[in-house]
Amino acid sequence: MKILVCISKAPDTTTKISFTDGDTKFDTNGVKYIVNPYDEWYALVRGLELKEANGGTVTTVTVGTAEDEATIRKALAIGADDAVRIDTDAEDAFQVATEIANFAKTGDYDLILLGKETIDYNGSQVGGMIAEHLDQPFISLASKLDVEGNTATLDKEITGGVQTVKADLPLVVSCAKGMAEQRIPNMRGIMAARSKPLKVEASSSADKLTSFVKYQLPAPKSAVKLIDPENMDELVDLLHNEAKVI
Amino acid sequence: MSVLVYIDSSGDKIAKNAYEAVTYGKKLGDVTAVTNGKASEGDLAELGKYGADKVLVDRSFEGIDDQQLTKLVATAAEKTGATTIVFSNDLVGKAVAPRLSVRLNAGLVSGATDLPKEDGTIPVNVFSGKAFGHVKVSTDKKIIALLPNSLQPEETGSEAAVEEFDGNAGDSRVEVLDTKLPEGEIPLPEAELVVSAGRGLKGPENWGIVTDLAETLGAATACSRPVADTGWRPHHEHVGQTGVAIRPNLYIAAGISGAIQHLAGVNGSKVIVVINTDEEAPFFKAADYGVVGDAFEVLPRLNEAIKKFKASN
Repeated sequence: MKILVCISKAPDTTTKISFTDGDTKFDTNGVKYIVNPYDEWYALVRGLELKEANGGTVTTVTVGTAEDEATIRKALAIGADDAVRIDTDAEDAFQVATEIANFAKTGDYDLILLGKETIDYNGSQVGGMIAEHLDQPFISLASKLDVEGNTATLDKEITGGVQTVKADLPLVVSCAKGMAEQRIPNMRGIMAARSKPLKVEASSSADKLTSFVKYQLPAPKSAVKLIDPENMDELVDLLHNEAKVI
Repeated sequence: MSVLVYIDSSGDKIAKNAYEAVTYGKKLGDVTAVTNGKASEGDLAELGKYGADKVLVDRSFEGIDDQQLTKLVATAAEKTGATTIVFSNDLVGKAVAPRLSVRLNAGLVSGATDLPKEDGTIPVNVFSGKAFGHVKVSTDKKIIALLPNSLQPEETGSEAAVEEFDGNAGDSRVEVLDTKLPEGEIPLPEAELVVSAGRGLKGPENWGIVTDLAETLGAATACSRPVADTGWRPHHEHVGQTGVAIRPNLYIAAGISGAIQHLAGVNGSKVIVVINTDEEAPFFKAADYGVVGDAFEVLPRLNEAIKKFKASN
């Protein structure tokens, strides 16, 4: 089974967000990047588990610049066989998805896995876009994925519950919590990652359709109003008459 | 301007976020709604109250496969000549809107929190709610996926004309084996009121005071990451940067210190109430109302106060 896992970098979850150049750019100064947790914990690790059970290969693909290589090496250290970096600084999800789809067309992959979203732009767009480019089914927010022969069985989140579905490969799957457990790379993995192939592919010059022109931080909250723990009637009164939420 | 709004009518009734999407569309132009699914003709005609002139419905397929829904909306967009297509950014919208973006080569703005600004840019939540971004779409056709609970549905019109049509959806390539919808539970992402608790509750056996309050309020229950990770509560209740991001009208958090990752999932809430024994807990800085006290005493007391309030209102 040939598995392609899309890997994106994202600012560490403790990052304090600020902007620069007249609030038109994310200030990357001092920001520590990690592998987007959904890509790493769920998509990559489940890909590796499926390979361990069924044989095959796990390749990672990243659309990005040389700055992305540290996070790509981390994915290799966790266990991916090889990595591909499509060399462009993409600006929107459409551009990323088109680049990945153009690359994937050449590889005959059985499964394309990715996280349910990145924790920076939270768009949840890339998976569906890749699937449409490749005319494949897309199962979003999957918390379980098993493959037998040419058929995948998945649990996916639906409004208010969980649905178990079945679809034939090839398939694009966005992965959410429950799919797998995080793996910490060991020293052997880290050493091996250094010599695993990381191929740089030229961009296919995909278009972008959207751009961020300005950013803004939320207005600071006014000071908290403290309520006597003995007097919950007062809190209820405030929630009803002042905040008007009950 | 012709606006097309996709309505998920796969449930027993049409959800509030669908009315929000129609209200949003009405503020942009003349709205046609499109749906498949099983909503009654009467329920679909109701969409007119929120501004839809017409509702196109294709009842020939179930809509399990997002690709079919994509084709349905694309067919309707062609039929109506819509230049803006609005989705609710719920689970279905998140799956269908990106596919449609590729199919129509139309720029997608996902997670929109408001109407387009004067310069045409559309505000969205980014960095898990830690900031807003303004997105410019460079294509003539636009797709906007509206974050649920971003605006209130407004009743402006009367009943819409409901028209059966063929959405050319094709065959499903996805088969459903089983559907589990826990009864009586309010789905967290849609809940307007949420009661949440963290490690301060000391163990899963103590959750009764949380669920009791939630039941009195008609609220959904949620929890912090450590609570979900240790299995005290199910994963789908975990709110935060790597869990569910929610934006209810009221978020009550008991025994949660307020780590930055947790705040990222809840700071879109309109009103936040924090209950914690530690007055230095960082969550108080993000709260509108704070109670420095023991959750084991405060939650039951709050529950009684709300019961009293409900009885007299």
